[in-house]
Amino acid sequence: MQLAAGEVLAIVGENGAGKSTLMKILGGLYSPDGGEIRLEGQPVRFNNVNDAMNAGISLIHQELNLAENLSVAANIFLGRERLAARLWLRERPMTAEARTLLNRVGLSESLVHATVNQLAPGQKQLVEIARALSLNARVIIMDEPTSSLTQTETDRLYEVIFDLRASGVSIIYISHRLAEVKRCADRVTVLRDGRNAGELAKSDISHDAIVRLMVGRDLKGFYPRSGRVPRDGPPTLELKNVTFAGGPAQPISFSLRAGEIVGMAGLVGAGRTELAEAMFGIRAITAGAVSIDGKVVDIHHPSDAVEAGLSMAPEDRRLNGLVLEKSVQFNLSLPNMDRLSKNGVVSSSKESRLVDDLCAWLKVKTPSVHQVVGLLSGGNQQKVVLGKWLARTPRVLILDEPTRGVDVGARSEIYGLMDKLAADGVAVWMISSDLEEVLGMSDRVLVLHEGKLAGELNREQLSEEAVMRLATGAL
Amino acid sequence: MLRIAGVLILLVTLYVTLRVADPNAFGSRNLIDVANRQGFYGVLTLGVAVLIVTGAIDLSIGSVAGLAAIMFGLLMGEGIRPIPAAGIVLLGGMLVGLAHGLLVTRLKLQAFLVTLCGLFIYRGIARYISKRPVGLSDIQQENPSMTSSIDWLRWLLIGKDENSALVFPAQLFVMIMLAVAIGFILHKSVIGRYWYAIGYNESAARYSGIATNRYRVLAFVISSTLASLGGILMLLDVRTADPNTAGTNWELFAITGAVLGGCSLKGGEGTAIGIVLGAAVLPLLQNAMSFVEIGGKEIPDSVIPVVIGFTLLLGTIVDEFFRKRSVGRK
Repeated sequence: MQLAAGEVLAIVGENGAGKSTLMKILGGLYSPDGGEIRLEGQPVRFNNVNDAMNAGISLIHQELNLAENLSVAANIFLGRERLAARLWLRERPMTAEARTLLNRVGLSESLVHATVNQLAPGQKQLVEIARALSLNARVIIMDEPTSSLTQTETDRLYEVIFDLRASGVSIIYISHRLAEVKRCADRVTVLRDGRNAGELAKSDISHDAIVRLMVGRDLKGFYPRSGRVPRDGPPTLELKNVTFAGGPAQPISFSLRAGEIVGMAGLVGAGRTELAEAMFGIRAITAGAVSIDGKVVDIHHPSDAVEAGLSMAPEDRRLNGLVLEKSVQFNLSLPNMDRLSKNGVVSSSKESRLVDDLCAWLKVKTPSVHQVVGLLSGGNQQKVVLGKWLARTPRVLILDEPTRGVDVGARSEIYGLMDKLAADGVAVWMISSDLEEVLGMSDRVLVLHEGKLAGELNREQLSEEAVMRLATGAL
Repeated sequence: MLRIAGVLILLVTLYVTLRVADPNAFGSRNLIDVANRQGFYGVLTLGVAVLIVTGAIDLSIGSVAGLAAIMFGLLMGEGIRPIPAAGIVLLGGMLVGLAHGLLVTRLKLQAFLVTLCGLFIYRGIARYISKRPVGLSDIQQENPSMTSSIDWLRWLLIGKDENSALVFPAQLFVMIMLAVAIGFILHKSVIGRYWYAIGYNESAARYSGIATNRYRVLAFVISSTLASLGGILMLLDVRTADPNTAGTNWELFAITGAVLGGCSLKGGEGTAIGIVLGAAVLPLLQNAMSFVEIGGKEIPDSVIPVVIGFTLLLGTIVDEFFRKRSVGRK
């Protein structure tokens, strides 16, 4: 694999293809077992992160590594503070230099003293880049930099990337979002099973070409549609003039029918997750009525929601979806204890039967059901999150960013599952920031803008432009 | 499993030390005495360990036990028969735990803080309601009719006869019965399943539709109830309880036992067997140290806390070492 000066190289591949491992080797976190890395013709060997940094290679992790409680300037210089007498912080030169760097990445200078937790995700990403620049990085590696950015923030990031490229900095860009790769990369290297599966020059970059290299075969019918039809009768889930804690003052109303997949689009911060949390009893509903199959339900806690036939795969699966330290079995059976136990005693035979069935159905790739869930790949973790609810045959399935950090293969399996559930009469509510996915999977799309329902699009009206127009509040 | 093996090795080492230091001390008399104390510590440890599994902590155990011992004595002094008196005390313990649990879950206060306040409050109440120590002898003199039932309860729960001779380690049996019950709850019941889930990731448990607060409160109730049972056992065993000192530091011994037995203070870990074995370490350690002689000299009492501290530290280091190796994570 090669990287030229002033080039943006995108690296794509399924989860487990070895992208992160490769980048960690470049960043000095892991040592290579064999082979050679050459930097400007000179063989180099990094024993730790500092070696790599000194050589001019900076790795920006997917989960940003900023100290949230410190200021922007303090973060930029963290670990390399300018000191007087090796002890006292020299604030003035650091602040000045931080201002220059902020300018360079297109952030306002006034942010220099802001604490990082006040910044938006996109701004944090740019602070990380400023930090890399302060190290005189010649190679910046970005791991899924846009996974939590809004469209505007993403645009901003691209401008910075193009600026850096023009000034001769090389960028390695890892992404699951093929549309982005198409937009910013000069070249794409595809990894499969730890090998270089092929390269595409800028002119050859296309969605199909990338996917073909990634999975080694054609993907037909990536977004399945097995003739699902919305059912007649009262809506499965109906919200009438609902307001909720932390939500907008203006009430929201909409409904979902059995047998349809309804996409919910909107910018990050539009209040989609908060709305879903309110439906699921995480946030208090302050006014309005929620009904399921025409009957008004009272939801104060997730247990009420589950009782009423709702289920949810939360946005942050590591934080809210899974007990990472526990086994696949433990996680799959957690919400199903009522049917796996009698008088409070768990039946281990029932439990293993259910778990085996679910694993087989979901095709979870795991050495055993006793494997710790945190050690599985993102795609398989997400399957377990979904599997938790499948034994209950929910009336409504809320999916918040169902394929974030999930590789193409597992993604297509998850889509297949959603399609099948909808065909079986589940109302699927899919919140997603991935426009391709929203357009591909939804029978109907609701767009939120600043907490308000900005509009509804049916399949005929659906297009990327139409969604974005509503999401950004343009008329 | 590794953790249980570790604490087993520690226990065997201590028994061997005792045997080598003084073969007479290995006689049944001393061993029954140690077993009885292991049982007593086990009762307290089981309670706090359940709470630790859910990711919380209880610093008030010693004060709750002290207050329970005083209350038990005072109630019997008022002429209430021992079993109803014990019942009232246990009920009081439950209410204390309920209060802790509700403060932590409803007001979202930290368990450390709530129970730290409890540590001061219950000690103060104990000292307020009884200016001087309560003693079984006084009670039996004032209420001669109660003498036989107190002696009977004492024989049943402590294993001591009218002459205060230890006949059998009844407290060990009490503890084993409790351990079987708690082990069953932890490992076979839905409640235990939820406790582990809450301990590791309360949020994920809640998102799974579990009414997590209910189960957290239950753990507080168990901890305080077993602490007050500890107070009752203590008064029956040593026949007297001083409101100033009864139960001091017991919370620390109980937490130490739980951690030695494999509970993580972060929550989510621990087994009933481990907890029981962990609780058995400290009483044995104290006993063994009193028999070991170095260079013909006995080890002074003051050294015991030092040894306890280092044992726990060593256990933690070894545990951390193995954990890193086995999971292979940073």
